[in-house]
Amino acid sequence: MNVGLLYSRIRKDEKLLLSELRERGHDVEKIDVRKQRFNLANAPEAFADLDIVVDRCLATSRSLYATQFCEAYGVPVVNSHETAEICSDKVKNSLALEAAGVPTPNTDVAFTTEAALESIEDFGYPCVLKPVIGSWGRLMAKIDSRDAAEAILEHKATLGHYEHKVFYVQEFVEKPGRDIRVLAVDGEPIAAMARSSDHWLTNAAKGAETEPFELDARAEELVQQASDAVGGGLLGVDLMEAGDDYTIHEVNHTVEFKALDGAVETDVAGTVVDWLERKAAEAETVEVTA
Amino acid sequence: MTECVECGADVALHDDLEVGEIVDCTTCGAELEVVDTEPPVLERAPELEEDWGE
Repeated sequence: MNVGLLYSRIRKDEKLLLSELRERGHDVEKIDVRKQRFNLANAPEAFADLDIVVDRCLATSRSLYATQFCEAYGVPVVNSHETAEICSDKVKNSLALEAAGVPTPNTDVAFTTEAALESIEDFGYPCVLKPVIGSWGRLMAKIDSRDAAEAILEHKATLGHYEHKVFYVQEFVEKPGRDIRVLAVDGEPIAAMARSSDHWLTNAAKGAETEPFELDARAEELVQQASDAVGGGLLGVDLMEAGDDYTIHEVNHTVEFKALDGAVETDVAGTVVDWLERKAAEAETVEVTA
Repeated sequence: MTECVECGADVALHDDLEVGEIVDCTTCGAELEVVDTEPPVLERAPELEEDWGE
């Protein structure tokens, strides 16, 4: 197949994918989105004859627009624009999980510091304030006191981009020092790992230790539901163990899997490419039938 | 081997170098982007943007 890979930075994740695709004899068109000009009606030359495009944009804004252009040009793209739209924004992500009946941490969204402070006081201390757009655990605040809350809210309101004036306030989930990252394709888990840290943030990007995690039936069920809730695709579903159940705090749409690849025995890139081959075949079938 | 555009030190490169990849200069710590592989050409990598991530 002829695969387009949208990127602006080739991380180890993309190298793993590129290597697997090339080993299987697929043609790969690396498309640096920084060099593209997306016309409303005419697709850039790099998009000609592609069977499928894989969005691996590092920047959320580029991912959102590039996937929308792919769909406008009639080029199959994974993940879909709809999935990117939901997953890239924590408010939309939480709303989708809630609407699907997936357990997710209780969350308030407020537009002023005064309203946000009321939410924080209602949740009690500690609680969590997160940016609606962002990743790798950056700009996350665990708020332990009213003094801290007032200071953080003032900083966000004064120094922040307008998106930081959308205050996403969340209950603090007492997790057992770890959370669980599941890599899944259309809800089917490829592999999972536990990310452990003494810090309340357990992102691999923050240096958390990783080890393989065996999913039980309930976790598998929730991963499927969470994937369906955001429109499916190649996703990183983040779960926390909460009491005797799980809670899903977010689903990631341009998921990084290098940490997972190092933690588990599964051939992660190979399994992702198996799925890409199926998606490309499905897209071709739809085209022929249409 | 090629030269760091920041400090001029030699930078060792992998065989499977990809355009778009980032390599670190072990001498000055600069992040360098591979903009060509034949022969290897490095530029200073863009600064981290707020909406980067997964």
